[in-house]
Amino acid sequence: MSLPRRQAMAALTTGRGEDLLVVPGLGSTAWDLAAAGDDDRNFYLWGAMGGAAMIGLGLALAQPQRRVAVITGDGEMLMGLGSLATIGAQRPPNLAVIVFDNQAYGETGGQPSHTGAGVDLVGVARSCGVATCLDVMDETGLADLARRLTALRETLFARVLIDREEPPRVLPLRDGITLKQRFRAALGVGA
Amino acid sequence: MTAAAQIAAWPDQLFDALKRGGIAQVGYVPDAGHARLIERCRADPQIRDVALTTEEEGVALAAGAWLGGARCALLMQSSGLGNCVNMLSLPRACRLPVLMLVTMRGEWEEFNPWQVPMGSIVEPVLRQCEAEVYRVRKPDEAPGIAERAVQQAFGDERIVAVLLSQELIGKKVWVK
Repeated sequence: MSLPRRQAMAALTTGRGEDLLVVPGLGSTAWDLAAAGDDDRNFYLWGAMGGAAMIGLGLALAQPQRRVAVITGDGEMLMGLGSLATIGAQRPPNLAVIVFDNQAYGETGGQPSHTGAGVDLVGVARSCGVATCLDVMDETGLADLARRLTALRETLFARVLIDREEPPRVLPLRDGITLKQRFRAALGVGA
Repeated sequence: MTAAAQIAAWPDQLFDALKRGGIAQVGYVPDAGHARLIERCRADPQIRDVALTTEEEGVALAAGAWLGGARCALLMQSSGLGNCVNMLSLPRACRLPVLMLVTMRGEWEEFNPWQVPMGSIVEPVLRQCEAEVYRVRKPDEAPGIAERAVQQAFGDERIVAVLLSQELIGKKVWVK
């Protein structure tokens, strides 16, 4: 079983609360987040592959009163696999790393990723010391993840198994300086 | 001269500059040249020290910190700069501050030839990444350069690297 990716993103971000900051990975998860609704507290990536989880860590440590959700793809997570070790060692209570896993590199032609060959991201996160590790494969699991994200109190990792589909692209803002400025303004930091 | 008197002052001076600059996060991959500075950062309750598995994690960490209104400094060895290059696209595209204190290897009485290939291209690579590059060759240059680097990185939201020359750090001792 697997879930439609747009439905999964909507379940995690609709009515999200002002304290939720979202960092999607480059590519499909950024399009999913834009499709779910633009927000000044979204920091869309158009590059920096492998960096999404660490951006989330820096942000979570800087903003302990807010929740941070990194929502990225399996390929992006695999490139920054070491960051799960770093996050496992830091254990910020307000950080969730959620991987939309379609076992493929969707932006580049659907080449198979390591997760389809048996690499278990939930097992990696667990062995890195991440407190809550979830494997989400159906609507019940998705609803549970959404509830846990709303009441986030310890570092969370989730793999969400999504359909291998390519919904129409919804492109967000791509000027990095604008993205940065509106994000910081929404948080009330800096000018 | 006692052993204690021979302990270099520059790591503590760099630490003081980071403190005066309001650095709240320090990301690092352990390095012998940075041992004293890492120790000072780890002992400071106001600094969150983040050990990294690779230096490029630090570039993303610094970006996230700044998005959240915090200042992050990165400590690395010259070889680590090579691990950062693509991730430096992030601060370049978004004009985010990245302050790097880089201990140099491969340039002065280097015992290990494997340190030379990366050490020798640190400066040109940084310049091509539009970083501001400073050099500390003598101990008394450290405080002033560190102060300026902190101001420039966060005041101008730029990539700023302070290269700590191998002649400053001293030769790695291979005999225990």
